[in-house]
Amino acid sequence: MLNTNSYLEEKGHVDWFTVVMYLVFVILGWFNIYAASFDLETAVSMYDLSSRAGMQLQWIGISIIVAFALLKIDVSFYETYAFLFYIIGLGLLILTYFVAPEIKGSRSWLVLGPIRLQPAEFMKFVIALVIARIFNVHNFKLMEPKNLLIVSSLILLPVIIVIMQSETGTALVYLSLIFVLYREGLPGGLLFMGVAFIIYFVITIKFSETQLGMLSLGEIITIGLIITFTAGLVRNYLKRKDTPIIIISIGALVAAISYFLYNINSSLDIGLMAIIALVAVSLYIIFLSLRFRKKKYIYILLFIAGSFVFVESSEHVFMDVMQPHQQMRIKSTLGMEQDLQGSGYHVGQSKIAIGSGGMFGKGYLNGTQTKLKYVPEQDTDFIFCTIGEEWGFIGSLVTLLLFTIFILRLLYLAERQTSAFGRVYGYGVISIFLFHLMVNIGMVIGIMPVIGIPLPFFSYGGSSILAFTILLFIFLKIDKVKKKY
Amino acid sequence: MGNTKNNFEKRKYIIGAIAVLIVLVYSLQLFKLQILSPEYRKYADSNAFFSKTLYPSRGSIYDREGNLIVYNQPTYDVMMVVREMIEFDTLDFCNTLNIDVPTFLQLDADMRDRRKNPGYSSYTPQIFKTQLDIEEYGLLQEKLYKFPGVYIQNRTVRQYKYPNMGLILGYVAEVDKNKMAADPYYVRGDYVGKSGIELSHEEDLRGEKGVEVLLRDAHGRIQGKYKDGEMDKEPISGRDLTLSIDIELQAYGEYLMQNKIGSIIMIEPKTGEILSMVAAPTYDPSLLTGKDFSSNYLKLEQDPYKPLINRAVAGTYPPGSTFKPSQGLVFLQEGIITPETRYSCFGGYPPLGGRPKCHPHASSVSLQPSLATSCNSFFCYGLNAMISNRTKYASNLEAFEVWKDYMVDMGFGYKLGVDLPSEKRGFIPNSKYYSNVFKTDKWNGHNIISIAIGQGEVSSTPLQLANFSALIANRGYYYKPHVVKERKGAPLDTLYTIRRDSRVDRAHFELTVEGMADAVTNGTCRRINMEPHLTVCGKTGTAQNPHGADHSLFIGFAPKDDPKVAIAVIVENGGFGATNAVPIARLMLQKYLFGEILEQDKFLEQTLADRVILPFIYKQNMDRELAASKLEGDN
Repeated sequence: MLNTNSYLEEKGHVDWFTVVMYLVFVILGWFNIYAASFDLETAVSMYDLSSRAGMQLQWIGISIIVAFALLKIDVSFYETYAFLFYIIGLGLLILTYFVAPEIKGSRSWLVLGPIRLQPAEFMKFVIALVIARIFNVHNFKLMEPKNLLIVSSLILLPVIIVIMQSETGTALVYLSLIFVLYREGLPGGLLFMGVAFIIYFVITIKFSETQLGMLSLGEIITIGLIITFTAGLVRNYLKRKDTPIIIISIGALVAAISYFLYNINSSLDIGLMAIIALVAVSLYIIFLSLRFRKKKYIYILLFIAGSFVFVESSEHVFMDVMQPHQQMRIKSTLGMEQDLQGSGYHVGQSKIAIGSGGMFGKGYLNGTQTKLKYVPEQDTDFIFCTIGEEWGFIGSLVTLLLFTIFILRLLYLAERQTSAFGRVYGYGVISIFLFHLMVNIGMVIGIMPVIGIPLPFFSYGGSSILAFTILLFIFLKIDKVKKKY
Repeated sequence: MGNTKNNFEKRKYIIGAIAVLIVLVYSLQLFKLQILSPEYRKYADSNAFFSKTLYPSRGSIYDREGNLIVYNQPTYDVMMVVREMIEFDTLDFCNTLNIDVPTFLQLDADMRDRRKNPGYSSYTPQIFKTQLDIEEYGLLQEKLYKFPGVYIQNRTVRQYKYPNMGLILGYVAEVDKNKMAADPYYVRGDYVGKSGIELSHEEDLRGEKGVEVLLRDAHGRIQGKYKDGEMDKEPISGRDLTLSIDIELQAYGEYLMQNKIGSIIMIEPKTGEILSMVAAPTYDPSLLTGKDFSSNYLKLEQDPYKPLINRAVAGTYPPGSTFKPSQGLVFLQEGIITPETRYSCFGGYPPLGGRPKCHPHASSVSLQPSLATSCNSFFCYGLNAMISNRTKYASNLEAFEVWKDYMVDMGFGYKLGVDLPSEKRGFIPNSKYYSNVFKTDKWNGHNIISIAIGQGEVSSTPLQLANFSALIANRGYYYKPHVVKERKGAPLDTLYTIRRDSRVDRAHFELTVEGMADAVTNGTCRRINMEPHLTVCGKTGTAQNPHGADHSLFIGFAPKDDPKVAIAVIVENGGFGATNAVPIARLMLQKYLFGEILEQDKFLEQTLADRVILPFIYKQNMDRELAASKLEGDN
């Protein structure tokens, strides 16, 4: 198989547009790492190999060599050995867990003499490859229970291991591959439920401190949301026009009665009223399911029950299962508490650095906040601060736009694949980049909790840049030979 | 191989839309942070820029002859950077600083206590002990290598060449909260003039602080200069001041006034420059500088004789008979009397049954002899005639307002605006005041008769009396009295260079001068007669005082023609003007005009200096001391 395919490859073109963008990113990243690690007292050259920028330059060099090498390797090689890579990757992750020294609270670094590698970084493209390989079977149906089980196991296994390594951020990156599954047929309802549950969680926690009767304000608002979502689901899946209106009316009626009664007697248990509304809506759905005998009503009932159980348990999970520093990060992101010493301090300083950049920034190497070490991890996770401070709103916007173009270009490339293998892998690449972008920049500008994952191509780190390069260039190679399948 | 398309192709739009949506939301947040929130720039600057203040040296002060009076002396503070300290011989350190170990521990705890030292950081130099003297400094400097993390910071404190005129010079101390709130120039720890010249000429003396903009990292460590000092500003030294005070004359006045309460003020009439301003009791200005400031200040503040009050400008007294020349001038100017008008006196003011009383002298008298003999009745007649004159004035109220306006033009009733703080205005009532007191507009001259002889409601500061005396010496005008003669590099405030005229004709002043000359040659103040050496004009005063013995007053000037100096003397509880105020004025005039005391007056000088005229220590203090001694006895 290796030999039969090799002659066909020569005719395709590598997507130079993406390659150029890649080069632009790594060079911009290198400049900003120099700026972020610039020490006023010992100003060293950008090319000094012992400096952070110099080290990064070496890694960029290695990455480019690897990239060209990857373009020379047969696509069939990845297809054939995807499972083997996966097994090796899992093995390395487990090995790392046992032998890795603890660095900054996590056990994810494998130290080989002078080189330190994070196997978890390389596992990203391995998981994307193995899922692509799974889909690359004629007439593969994701929603068959067996297939669903295999795919979710392939993702969840490494997730569990990296969580044990205390690399929660990386675990979330693996989970972001759920976008791939969505593209390949995972019901939108499930994705919707995921989003809905995140919203429930945020609202429940954010408004958990006001108690109104037997429920908190957060829980009451989420019950309102559950009723609204239920109406939406009925409309979307059962194509009935009057039912959603009736459902909303039940909710509104109970709310109106509560308001009226509350004005008469302010000791009214509003929490109880909310539960009454939810029960009334549920009874109505049960009535409809008995009348029309449709399976979809049962799913909707399950959604209501699941939502309610999730809401009721999320506060418990937040308070009793999550670690205090994680609670603090979430609370400070939601603006509930000012955490001036811990992560709140970092985000505060990061916002000051970015905010002080203004429209045009302070100019290259003129950023005071990053130079004077006010922002933590400024050349790794918080590298975007340097861009914001020294290049201002314009620079930040250009960076964001470049990433958007990059993602949309990858989408275009993924969609033009002729094989499921190429497309699924492409979506894997997109999911990983998009998730990194969303979480990293979101954290730096203060709308996401502090989750330490790097900004692709910009953050300092050999494993990171090499892993992203491999992830991208395998896809470019697959894209190059697509027509030959 | 594999399926090429599936039914979910449309989902690419949703995924693309999600990506675009995220970027859009993030762009909005960036817009908010970078464009809509200018405060982040300020936070960043206060984070990163450490503006190190460069303190200017405070201006020096000289007397009118150019003698240096106030200057700055370096002093040394011990600073510590806790992070840089490693274990060292604490005992050796204590011995070097001449402190014991408990004091060391206390100072150390105070330095680290953020309530006492809000700016504490272990990375930056913190004050451990202030104001080492030069020997302690030398010892520490020698051993400094043994104590890593310990530094010495230079500062300056005020030093005084003479133990005199503490009340004029004032003192400097750390700025208080109110001052900081009122003037953003000051920050915590700055030194600021608190009284006297130091306060009134604060802006001249302080100069302008400079700044050095340094970069500071997240730990508070200094990382270097910002833009190589482009934003730095050199401090501008404070302005030197030359006083109009003659330090020798001042010291002599303070010597004469020792163990007495009162004031001597001498003014150069042609300029309004104050030659000496003695307020007794006073204090040695060097008490309120350096290490012992607090304890000394407390002592002075608790002193029952209140040595921190500058009585020359803040004391108000009934002017008594020294007020009479002003009355004569008004009556003449308003045509109530002529130089020939005579009133009779029979040991008192006849229309009110011999009150106010008068002393024996020839009757009836015109203005000139009545000034010489200080006849009470004459001025009472005059005031009553003015208030009840209905041909000239529509009512008693109008007449009184005219009278009051003349007084104000002669410098009474309002602050003169001397360049010293805490000046009082004295009191000249207006017609409304009396209408309120009498609850009717229909009062007459007899109701208010005691003001004609400087008693009753009127009061004035010693400075106002000296200024009045300068006005007569000048025959009708004065310059606002002031103690600062020159500001180095800047003109004097025009306030002090504008000639101010009273609306009284020169001829009337000449007559008054003659009266005051007669008072010296054969009137109430013969004790100041220095003929043939000097022709002095003067007027005594004996102010009744409800709290004790009469105050002794004198105003005058010399020489009679082309006066060089005007003087006012008040000795509280000093009895008749002639008893204390007159001889003191005599000696002061000699000192200033002759440069020495006449041989014949040496005995007088000794007698006056040795004389103690202090009122009983106020009763409450007596009680307190009594209680304290009792307690001691019990123990």
